[in-house]
Amino acid sequence: MSTLKPWIKRLNPLVESLMAGLIGLVIGALIMLAFGYNPIAAYISLFSGSFGSVYSWAESLANATPLILTAMTFAIAMRGGLFNIGAEGQLYIGALAAVAVSLIDLPFPLNAVAALGAAIVAGMLWSLPVALLKLTRGVHEVISTIMLNWIAHFFAFYLIANVLTDPKRGEKTISIIESARLARILPGTSLNYGLVIALIAVAAILFLLWRTSAGFEMRASGYNQEATHYAGISLRKQVLRVFLIGGAIAGLAGAVQVMGRPPTYAVMSGLPQLMNLGFDGIGVAMIGRNHPVGIVFAAIFFGGLMVGGRIMQFSPGVPLELVRVVEGVIIITLAIPELRRLFTFFLAKFKRGA
Amino acid sequence: MELAHIWGILFISLHAMVPITLAAIGETIEESAGLFNIGLEGILLLGALAGAIGAEASGSATMGLMAGIATGGLIGLLFGVLSTTLRGSQLITGVGINMFALGFVALMLTLLGAPGFHSVPRAVQVPLIPLGIGNLSPMVLVTVFLAVVVWWVLRRTQLGLWIRAVGENPAAADVAGLRVNTLRLGTAIAAGMLAGLAGAYLSVDWFGAVTKEITAGRGFIALATVVFSGLNPLLALLGGFIFGLFEGLATWISTYPAIKKIIPWQFVAMAPYIITLLVVAGAIGRVRFPKGLGVPYLRE
Repeated sequence: MSTLKPWIKRLNPLVESLMAGLIGLVIGALIMLAFGYNPIAAYISLFSGSFGSVYSWAESLANATPLILTAMTFAIAMRGGLFNIGAEGQLYIGALAAVAVSLIDLPFPLNAVAALGAAIVAGMLWSLPVALLKLTRGVHEVISTIMLNWIAHFFAFYLIANVLTDPKRGEKTISIIESARLARILPGTSLNYGLVIALIAVAAILFLLWRTSAGFEMRASGYNQEATHYAGISLRKQVLRVFLIGGAIAGLAGAVQVMGRPPTYAVMSGLPQLMNLGFDGIGVAMIGRNHPVGIVFAAIFFGGLMVGGRIMQFSPGVPLELVRVVEGVIIITLAIPELRRLFTFFLAKFKRGA
Repeated sequence: MELAHIWGILFISLHAMVPITLAAIGETIEESAGLFNIGLEGILLLGALAGAIGAEASGSATMGLMAGIATGGLIGLLFGVLSTTLRGSQLITGVGINMFALGFVALMLTLLGAPGFHSVPRAVQVPLIPLGIGNLSPMVLVTVFLAVVVWWVLRRTQLGLWIRAVGENPAAADVAGLRVNTLRLGTAIAAGMLAGLAGAYLSVDWFGAVTKEITAGRGFIALATVVFSGLNPLLALLGGFIFGLFEGLATWISTYPAIKKIIPWQFVAMAPYIITLLVVAGAIGRVRFPKGLGVPYLRE
């Protein structure tokens, strides 16, 4: 691809993400056709449901908010050459830590700040063992994060049922104190100032990665660990940084979700409003090519799919779950490196054949 | 605790061992060859769905298990092609498989009529062997047999040596005339088939139903079991049994209010994961994984 001009080359990631998105939607359409649905009607309903009005935009942005954060947890690790899939568990713990602060009666705005702070610290603490196990015992982060996700899962169940339980309703935790809740940006929608917090985090990570020496070291060790080592950059420090920052952001995602999303402002038993946000964040990070700005757009896309999927379920009656199938196909497609080159290769072959 | 309780827990443990061990020995085969598939959970889920549909459509439990194996093999093939010839990221492909499976199975359950739940008629479930002290699934015996076979193939045959060679040093194996990608692809398919069988066992045998939560992280537990066992299929049998034992204990405790008060069931359910972390942390110094694990092979 040496014939390509450099500025086109820089657009490669964008083109690849769009291609993967298209492939996902096409395979989704094929599945719909196989079951006798009209895919065009379904997609019109899906996208007008997610981006067709001010209300739907607000809901899509509200759904994007936690995904922006969990995606950054994954992306920072990828930038540093590590595979952190621990956001899922850290998010549960963060949300519950934020709820726990409501046990104490604090004045506004101290209560909101304390809840966000508690979630950040809790997320970091839940992430710390991953770094320590990797550094001291050489345990691969995939294994330790998966284990910690499951431990968090059952620990959350325990906290909901035994410790933070709402005395009036056993199936949920106590609610965040009213004054500590994040205000809505648009009345009548779920969109709240959590989005602003997420965007501040995006700006902070952008600054960290590209404007500080710590960020440079992280990215360098992601490119070439051996070279970085010889350049005198401590790998131990990178691993600790990646997992502590990642844990903090994932914990924040949990806090923002429980403090900002109406109507309950509590963690429900079975974790319905938290489940899979960490894993979906991996998909968002992939589509956003592990870049904070790309992640914002990818999260809005995923958030939109969630909202529009519910609308699609109503009018052409295509089950909501189709959306996840499409997301899965997109991620599998994005796993292929140099997707664009592969595509042009097949295109050339096809042209020669025709 | 009466004797009957002990038998009860033993049987639950053995039945819980089957899916974990089957998926783990499959993963052992492909990890020996250098492939790391974290999409096991998704393959289990798709296998469970395929098993249920296959058993009902054909009216036979065996055909259901076969459908699970075929589906698993197909996903294994997809994973294998993506991570060998296309040099894709194995971890990301795995994540994608999990997400796809979750969506696809939930979608199919909705399209089959009852959203979220689909039961398999008793007549097409795997018949249990009555032993007097309890009913045992023949799949427990199949699992033990397969674990021994996989151990024998990997450790005692030429094929096993080839598989380990492409995992350890693909470049050297290539120079020695082995076809690295073909061998890796083969192990990916075999691993997929075993995970598919494990999934079909869940729906056609153990639970007699499919839900989208049916796998409950067993694919991930299988990954941990592989680490625990240090790529030894016989130890995977033991690892699967220990995980099963804790699942059995958790189930047992959750039905006894007196014990529930002392030890909350959530802590018992958590125990296998904590123990795995500890065991992995302790064992990792001794366990050696193939050098080429997780890295696509590119001939230079």
